[in-house]
Amino acid sequence: MAETNGHTSPISLIDDEDQFIIEQVKQSVLVTTVDKLIDLVDNINNWGRRSSLWPMQFGLACCAIEMICTAASRYDISRFGAELFRPSPRQADFMIVSGTVTKKMVPQIVRLYNQMPEPKYVISMGACATGGGPFKEGYNVVSGIDKYIPVDVYVPGCPPTPQALLHGLMTLQAKIDNESIRTARWYRSGEVEEAPIPILGPDIIDVRQIPDIRAEAMRVRAATQTVGGTATDRPDSTSTATAAKTLKVDGHAVSPKGKTAPPLSAERLAQVKSLKKT
Amino acid sequence: MVIAEATTVKLSEIDAVLKQVNALFPNAATKDTNGSLVVANDKLVDVANYLKDDLAADYCSSVTSVDYPDRFEVVYHLYSVSKQEGPLVMKAHADKGNPIVPSMVSVWAGANLQEREVYDMMGIRFAGHPNLKRVLMWEGFEGYPLRKDYKEPYYEEEKKPYDSRHPGGHHQRAEERVPWGKNVQYPAGFDPDEMTVIKTENLPLVDALDLRAGRFKTDRFIVNMGPQHPSTHGVFQMRITLDGETIVDLEPVMGYLHRNHEKIGERNMWLMNMPFTDRLDYICSMGNNLGYALAVEKLMGVEVPERAQYIRVIMAELTRIANHFWAIGFLLNDLGAFFTPSLYAIEERELILDLFEMTAGSRMMCNYMRFGGIAADLPEEFLPLCHDLVYNRMNRKIDEMDTYLSQNEIVLARGKGIGILPPDMAINYSTAGPVLRGSGVPYDVRRAQPYSIYDRFDFKVCTRSEGDVYARYAVRLDEMRESVNILKQAMNQLPAGPIMGGRKAWQIRVPKGEAYGRVENPKGELGFFVVSDGSANPYRYHVRATSYINLNVLGELCKGHTVADVVAILGSIDIVLGEVDR
Ligand code: SF4
Repeated sequence: MAETNGHTSPISLIDDEDQFIIEQVKQSVLVTTVDKLIDLVDNINNWGRRSSLWPMQFGLACCAIEMICTAASRYDISRFGAELFRPSPRQADFMIVSGTVTKKMVPQIVRLYNQMPEPKYVISMGACATGGGPFKEGYNVVSGIDKYIPVDVYVPGCPPTPQALLHGLMTLQAKIDNESIRTARWYRSGEVEEAPIPILGPDIIDVRQIPDIRAEAMRVRAATQTVGGTATDRPDSTSTATAAKTLKVDGHAVSPKGKTAPPLSAERLAQVKSLKKT
Repeated sequence: MVIAEATTVKLSEIDAVLKQVNALFPNAATKDTNGSLVVANDKLVDVANYLKDDLAADYCSSVTSVDYPDRFEVVYHLYSVSKQEGPLVMKAHADKGNPIVPSMVSVWAGANLQEREVYDMMGIRFAGHPNLKRVLMWEGFEGYPLRKDYKEPYYEEEKKPYDSRHPGGHHQRAEERVPWGKNVQYPAGFDPDEMTVIKTENLPLVDALDLRAGRFKTDRFIVNMGPQHPSTHGVFQMRITLDGETIVDLEPVMGYLHRNHEKIGERNMWLMNMPFTDRLDYICSMGNNLGYALAVEKLMGVEVPERAQYIRVIMAELTRIANHFWAIGFLLNDLGAFFTPSLYAIEERELILDLFEMTAGSRMMCNYMRFGGIAADLPEEFLPLCHDLVYNRMNRKIDEMDTYLSQNEIVLARGKGIGILPPDMAINYSTAGPVLRGSGVPYDVRRAQPYSIYDRFDFKVCTRSEGDVYARYAVRLDEMRESVNILKQAMNQLPAGPIMGGRKAWQIRVPKGEAYGRVENPKGELGFFVVSDGSANPYRYHVRATSYINLNVLGELCKGHTVADVVAILGSIDIVLGEVDR
C-alpha cells in the first residue's frame, strides 16, 4: 500500500547524505506507526469513497443520452456504485460534464461545481466538453470545460460509448485509490479557492482576465484620444468606488481581489455624477 | 368575382395565387425566380390574413431569413393543414441599414419564437412583435451571428476546406491565434468596468392593482426552473410566474445549448453538414439525415435507387420507434415513476441502436445518408435480427407498455385533462407531430405530402381528439404500432440493387436555387431550408426545428395549472435540446 502513495520516495533518488539519514530515521523510527495509520485510514477512506461515487444528475447535450444509457438497463453503472444520480450538487461527489459547453451555460456549470462539497471530481465526457469538439469554431461554444474548472478524467469520443464512460469512471476510481489525506488539497489548511464564475457581457468574460481586458481597453482609448486630453486628471477614489458598484453580479463582487480598477473616462464620470444628482 | 374563385386556388400554384393577391391588393406582390411570392412590407399583414382566411394557408411552417448582399429576405413557408396542400413560399424584403418587417404573430401565433430567432441571429426587427428580445444568445451579446459579415472569434476563412489545413499551410491551434486564448472577442476598447450587466428581474411582483383595490391576493412570484433541473430534459429553463400555486405565465428561456449549427453549416461544404444534422435531435439521427438529404436532393435532382429508398424508410421507422420508447419512458419518469418504465423502454431502444451500430458504425451519430443514397449497404446479419425484432418482439413490448401504463391510475390522473390543446390553436401555433395529432388534427407529412416512398405503404395517421397529456402519450403508442407495420411492409418489399444514385463526384456542387425539404420526424415536422449559390458550400442553411417551434405553445398550455403539471406537459411535448437550441 505504501508504494502506491508516492510519498515514500525511493532511496536511490536521494544523493545528499544528511537527507538520506533523515529519510532513514523517518522511515524506521517514530513516524512509521503514524504513517502506517494514515495509510490505513487512506485505504479505508478511499475504498469507501470510490465505491459509492454519486454523480450529479446533469446532462448537457448528446453525450448525456449516452450517460443515461450507461446508467440504464444494459450497462448498469450501479455495478460501480455510481448509480445514484443526484439532482442537487450538494449531494454529489462528481460531475459528468456530458456535452457541449456553451458560453450561455458555463456560468451555471461553474456555479454548480462550486456548490458541490469536497472532495469533488469532474469527468469531461466527449469531444465537446474536452475541447469544443465538432462545434469548436462556433461563436457560442467554449473550447473545453477545463478553461473554467479543473478536470480529473477526460473521456474521448463523440459520443463516448457507455463502455468508454465506464472506463472513465474506473480511471477516476483508480485516481481516488491513489489519494492520501496527506496530500489531497481539500484536507490542507486554508480554504480551497472557488472557481471564478465568468460573466456574460458582449462576449463571455473570464474574471481572471479582467485586468488584461481593462489594460487593452486603456490602450485602445489612449490611442484614440487626442494627446493632452483628459486622460490623466481624474479623481481616482470616486472611479474605483463606481467600478466596484457596477461590477456586482448577483451580489458577488467580481473584481479580482487586490486589484484597483483604473480611472473612468471623463464622459463616463460626468454621466455618473449626473446620475447621482437625480 | 375574384373572391368566388378563391376557394379553388391551390397554394402550391403560385401564378394563380399571385393573380388573386394582386387583384385584391394592387401591386402588392410579385413572383421571384424561385417561384415565391414576394410581398411588399406595407401590405404584408393584409396579404397574410387573406392567405390564411381565404386560401386556407393556416399553417406557418417555417420563418427564416437570408442575408443577401443588397437586402435581407424574410422567408415564410406556408401550408394548408385543412386542405392538406402547399407549400406557398412568401417573402418579404428588408433593407440592410435598418431592417424592419411587420410581425406575423397576429396572423400565425407560431411565428412568435421563430421571429425572435430571426431577430437574434440576423437583427431584423419585427414591428408589432409582443416580446422581441434575444432568444438563443443572451441579452447584451454583441453582433448578429448569422449575418454574412459577422466573424466568429475562431474565424479562419470564409469557406471550407480551409487552405490553412492543407499540406502547404501550417495549421495552428485556434487558441493560439486569438487574442485572449479563448473563443472570445470584445468590441474595440471594451472596458469591463463600464459594462452594465443586463439581468432579468427575479424579485417578487406584487400586483399593485389588486393592492390598491384592497383585494386580498397572494403575492405573485417567479420560479425559475432549470437550466439544471432533472425534469427539463436538458438545459432548458422556464420562468414561471405563480399566483399562489397557480401558473399565470410561463416563459421558455433557451439557448443554453446553442451550438451555432447554422453558422457552422454555412462554412461547411454540403456533405460536411450530414454529421452535424445527427447532432440536432440526437435521439433520431437517422431521421435528421433523411430530411437534409431530401432537401439537397431536391436541388440536385438526383434519383435515389430503390434499395436505398427502402433502407432509408426502414431506418427512419426504427428511429421513430426508438424515439417514442424513449419519450414514453421519460414522460413516466416525469410523472414520478422514477426510472422503472424508462429502464424497460431503454432496453428496447438499445436493441434498435445495435442495428444502427452494425449498419452505420455508430450507436447514436449515424451519419448514414448521402445525397442520392446511403453510405453503406446493410450487413448480412441485419435482416434476420431486424426481422426477429419487428415480427416477434416489438409488438409484444409495445403491448406490455400499454398494459402496464395506459390504465395506470397515476398516469390517468396526471394525464387526462391536463394541458389541453384545442385543434385550431394547435394549427395556429405551428405545432407538429404527436402534439398536433394528439389534438385531433390528422396531419402527417408522410401522408399529406409523401416523400421518399411513403406513398407505397399502408399505414394509419394516428390521432386522438382530447388534446391533453394523455392523448399525446397515446398517439405515440399508436404510432409505434404503425411503424412496426410499415417496417414489415418495407422489409418484405426490399429489393436488391445499388445503393447510390447519381454520378460519383469528389466534390458535391449543388445547382443554384433554394429548396425546403421536410420530413415527419418522430417529434414532428423537421424542415431544412437550403439556398445554394452554385458553389461547394450552402449560402444559407436553416433548420426548422420542430422541438423549438412546439415550445411556442408551452406557455399557453401551462396557464392555470400547477408547477407539477408543467413537468408532465413538457414531457408530453417531448423536446430535445439539441434541436431546440441548435
Ligand atoms: S462530443 Fe459529440 S456527442 Fe458529445 S456532446 Fe459533443 S457533439 Fe454531442
